[in-house]
Amino acid sequence: MNTTIPPETVMLLAALLFVLGIAGVIIRKNIIFMLLSVEIMLNSAGLAFIIAGAKWAQPDGQIMFIFILAMAAAEVSIGLALILQIYHQHKSMDIDRLKEMNG
Amino acid sequence: MILVWLIGILMGGGIAALLLGQGNRGLPRWISLFTVLAGFLAVIYIWIDQYPITQFPHKWLIQYRSDWIPNFGITFHLAIDGLSLLLLVLTFFIGLLAVVCSWTEVKEREGFYYFNLLWILAGICGVFMALDLFLFYFFWEVMLIPMYFLIGIWGSENRVYAAYKFFIFTQASGLLMLLSILGLYFIHANNTGIYTFNYLDLLGTSIPENIQYWLMLGFLIAFVVKLPIVPFHSWLPDAHAEAPTAGSLILAGLLLKTGAYGILRFVLPLFPSASEQFAPIAMLLGVVGIIYGAILAFSQTDLKRLVAYTSVSHMGFVMLGIFALNELALQGVVMQLLTHGISTGALFIMAGMLKERLHTRDIDQMGGLWKHMPQMGAMGMIFAMASLGLPGLGNFIAEFLILLGAFEANPWLTICAALGLIFSAIYSLRILQKVFLGSYQKDTPVQDLVWRETTILASLIISILWLGVFPQPVINTVKPTVIFIEKIFHDQGIAQAYLDRNIIKPQVISKQKKGTYVRK
Amino acid sequence: MNNLLWLIPVLPLLGFLILSLAGKSLSKTSIALIGVGSVSLSALITILIGLNFLNDPPAAGFISQTLYTWIEIGNFKPEITFLLDPLSLVFVFVITFIGALIHVYSAGFMKGDKDYSRFFASMNLFVFSMLVLVLADNLLLLYLGWEGVGLCSYLLIGFWYENPQNGYAARKAFIMTRIGDTAMAIALFMIFSWFASLQISDILLKAPQLFQQGDTTITIIALLLLAGGIGKSAQLPLQNWLPDAMAGPSPVSALIHAATMVTAGVYLIARMNVIFELAPIAQMTVAIIGAATLLIAGFSACTQYDIKRVLAYSTISQIGYMFLALGLGAWTAAIFHFMIHAFFKALLFLAAGAIIETLHHEHNMFKMGGLKNKMPVIFWTFLIGSASLAALPLISAGFYSKDPILWYAWSAEKGNMIFWAIALLGAFITAAYTCRMVIVTFWGSSKTEIGHMPGSLMTTPLLVLAFFSVVAGFIELPHNFGHFTLFSDFLHPVLPEVTMGNETWPEWIFQLMASLATFGGIYISYQLYSKNPALILRLKQSSLATALYQFWFLGWGFDRLYDILFVKPLTYLSNINKNDIVDQIYSGISFISIKLYRLLSYTQSGSLRWYAMGLLLGAIIILTIQIVT
Repeated sequence: MNTTIPPETVMLLAALLFVLGIAGVIIRKNIIFMLLSVEIMLNSAGLAFIIAGAKWAQPDGQIMFIFILAMAAAEVSIGLALILQIYHQHKSMDIDRLKEMNG
Repeated sequence: MILVWLIGILMGGGIAALLLGQGNRGLPRWISLFTVLAGFLAVIYIWIDQYPITQFPHKWLIQYRSDWIPNFGITFHLAIDGLSLLLLVLTFFIGLLAVVCSWTEVKEREGFYYFNLLWILAGICGVFMALDLFLFYFFWEVMLIPMYFLIGIWGSENRVYAAYKFFIFTQASGLLMLLSILGLYFIHANNTGIYTFNYLDLLGTSIPENIQYWLMLGFLIAFVVKLPIVPFHSWLPDAHAEAPTAGSLILAGLLLKTGAYGILRFVLPLFPSASEQFAPIAMLLGVVGIIYGAILAFSQTDLKRLVAYTSVSHMGFVMLGIFALNELALQGVVMQLLTHGISTGALFIMAGMLKERLHTRDIDQMGGLWKHMPQMGAMGMIFAMASLGLPGLGNFIAEFLILLGAFEANPWLTICAALGLIFSAIYSLRILQKVFLGSYQKDTPVQDLVWRETTILASLIISILWLGVFPQPVINTVKPTVIFIEKIFHDQGIAQAYLDRNIIKPQVISKQKKGTYVRK
Repeated sequence: MNNLLWLIPVLPLLGFLILSLAGKSLSKTSIALIGVGSVSLSALITILIGLNFLNDPPAAGFISQTLYTWIEIGNFKPEITFLLDPLSLVFVFVITFIGALIHVYSAGFMKGDKDYSRFFASMNLFVFSMLVLVLADNLLLLYLGWEGVGLCSYLLIGFWYENPQNGYAARKAFIMTRIGDTAMAIALFMIFSWFASLQISDILLKAPQLFQQGDTTITIIALLLLAGGIGKSAQLPLQNWLPDAMAGPSPVSALIHAATMVTAGVYLIARMNVIFELAPIAQMTVAIIGAATLLIAGFSACTQYDIKRVLAYSTISQIGYMFLALGLGAWTAAIFHFMIHAFFKALLFLAAGAIIETLHHEHNMFKMGGLKNKMPVIFWTFLIGSASLAALPLISAGFYSKDPILWYAWSAEKGNMIFWAIALLGAFITAAYTCRMVIVTFWGSSKTEIGHMPGSLMTTPLLVLAFFSVVAGFIELPHNFGHFTLFSDFLHPVLPEVTMGNETWPEWIFQLMASLATFGGIYISYQLYSKNPALILRLKQSSLATALYQFWFLGWGFDRLYDILFVKPLTYLSNINKNDIVDQIYSGISFISIKLYRLLSYTQSGSLRWYAMGLLLGAIIILTIQIVT
């Protein structure tokens, strides 16, 4: 099996994933789901990097993916910790109820 | 060195009052009293001591000079001539009264109060003495910030609004002045290669005509806001009305004078041709101020606001006189600065005294007070008469000289300004009628002046009478300065004026490298 | 002797200082002693210096004494210098002599008042200011006195301050005269800019060299000075403060608002006679104003029922005669009328004050009546004063002072028939209202209870003044009465002779006509108010007469007019702008910035999803722009 998937298709997939992620961030009210959506966006970006690296046969794409992976891990851990705190204080995961920092 | 001490003693006294006031609530006022008294005696001594030599052509009577930030050409340069000396005497005199009239009025945070009071005075002294533009700007700010606190903390109901308004007006206009100072600084450096903020070096800088006009306006706006002249006057009624008595006294008696001083000391000599070009507009603004202030004063019911608007009217005379640019008018201006400080200051003090007794500033709620306080009524009568320019009191000399001088410069505007004499009669008599005359409506009698208050007002009456009957010492003291300014604009022209001025130019300082100075 | 000159004004000043500083702790007797004493001493010194002046006239024609230099700036150098020449001597004499008499009277009149010391302090200050006014050798010092008398007038009109009405009258007087004063101040500026001096002698000397007759500048200066005089002397169109000024105590009305202060305008114009001679238009204006004023004030006087207001209008009218004389160039006649008027008008006011006091503060003369036998001293003195005011021929001083004015009104170069006719009509009206006042007050039935009779402190000054109201006239007799001209000879060194011009009838015909006018006026009043009261009732029924009566009663509607023209618009303007339109601009700026801030703060909703949305939208827009372009 040496079928090659054309990079355009993969890019399309990445874009789709990214749009899904964005839609999730905007539409979802629950903070956990928003965090998940952000993860999806990150991964879509990672996918785009990998496919770009593969196309031009450069290692940079994969390196960037590892960076993104590391960053995502850090982000998730901090994000979850914040979510825990928020839940602790507000007894709610609804992002629309957290509007105290308005102008 | 004595000049540095004058400022130092005030600043030191302020800090002492702040620190010692923590433990002992009664102490700060005594500290301030002695501090200001010491300063007052010192300037009186200087005046008597220097009086014989004030008669000679213009020369600095005392000066002190040392480097401050030599890299930028900033010096710590203080000097006084007759004009500064007179205003210093006024500063310490009014300062003394300000301390005495806060004696019982201030009941909280005394230490910080007297700290602010003394630092304002220090700033004002600095403004009247500084001959380095950067130093001048520094002192300009020093007097601003404590005043902000004074109004904002110890004022009446609407104090925060008034304090902000005061601060924003003066600060914004002050920044324009800073821009102009920097402009002058760089133009001078461009012309000569010397970077300096020193006034004496900057005098006579040749500046392109249109730039000179803008630089002049920058300075002028700062000073005119302080003065204040319509249409920049609207901070004044609020600040005056809300400030504590001493605050109003210092505002009216001293802060307004720094504006006029600035124009006389900096605007006219630094930018002669632009000033001359602007003079008709400035005189017009002065006249507008006279009439507008008077009309507004007439309709006010808040005693302090009313007096504040009379200040606007009186300061219109100052503006008119300054830009008449001749000796008579300028002498009148100096006289007006002193007499307005005294008479309007006195009216504010009286407003404060009335407020302490009646707990209101609304003149509709007063009336018939003469019955119970004839002494205060008689004194109020004198100050109201001073404010309407009754001959025999200092204000008359001032206004008459200003109008006499201005008539030579611009007869029509002077005639309009003379209408101010009628309006001043209308509002002054209204004060008297509303406050002291008529029938007394309340049941409880009010107390007449106590001896502390009598002393304050009597000293003011004596000084205003003295200025009205024997004005010559003041005229003589300020004569060289006035003649210097007049010479810039008349016959001999600017070059001769500088020559005659006999300024002690700092020859010892030479330029070594761009921007740095070495004292040999 | 002559170097005591400075004491004349300084003594009353001293009295003022003592009374105002220590008035509270002094007894009434010592207050009266100080108050009366200071002015009386001044009067004494004046008489001594005056006798000296007459016996041994100074070579220069005047005495002057410099105390110190007031201000010295360049060539502006007014000094505190007192100058006594014949003109000022007449004024000083009147001020101190009548002033002293009125002070004596006041000591009795005011004895029940709680503010005894304030009264005498103000009166002394007034005498001081008035003396400075007439003794000043430069216009600035004159202006000091000029404003000083205005202040005292204000203080004394509003003396009973608890009634707001009095305060209003006082303010009206001050402000209306201040309008004139301001014009005068402008005149001073002009004079200084042309003459480079405010010294009166300098100005009078230089004026003919600097100006041709009729030059615009000198005309303007003269008109401005005239405006100053009009304000102080209550002439048209600034006359309507004087009737209200009667709110003050009667001695004040006598001293300030009849004898002295209101004639300051006459003094000023006479003093500056050279300038007015150089400005024929201005001088003609003086005459026209005088003529118009004497007539309209005379009509108003006919309609008043408050005895003091009658006298006030008659004062305005008599000063109108003085102005007329000044305008005709009959300088000495004006000053003579001033002096005689001071005597009889002070007398009338003092007597009226005594009546009012006795009748428990009743001002309405129709409620007096029948006082002839009850108050004989007052009656006889009042009658003598009235005779003088009505210019009863031959026996009254008023005749000798008014007759020349009537004669010059036509015969002088600047006179004409119209002036004469007006003056004659004025004389007729004067006689009519004077007679009306006397009849109504003293004859008929008694209508008000009589209280405490005036004591000798009050009656003695009346007798002295009555004596002078008769005798003073004989020092200046008309040409056909032996041509005895002591007074005008005395003044001629300072004041020019009147230039005669118009060919008219002989002088005796004028005197006859004037006498007829006087008797005619008296007869009409007698008919209307004593013999035939039904005539008045008939008059009251005609609508024209009542309308006219109302119109005159309210002083020809000047108060209304000024109220509509000046007072209302000014107060309206001032009140709508109470909150300061300029401040609204700054408030506007702060309002706009606050609104902007609110608007922008909506974008910071705190809602995370909106921010994300914003991010996305922004990204899309940027991308779109990138792709499209």
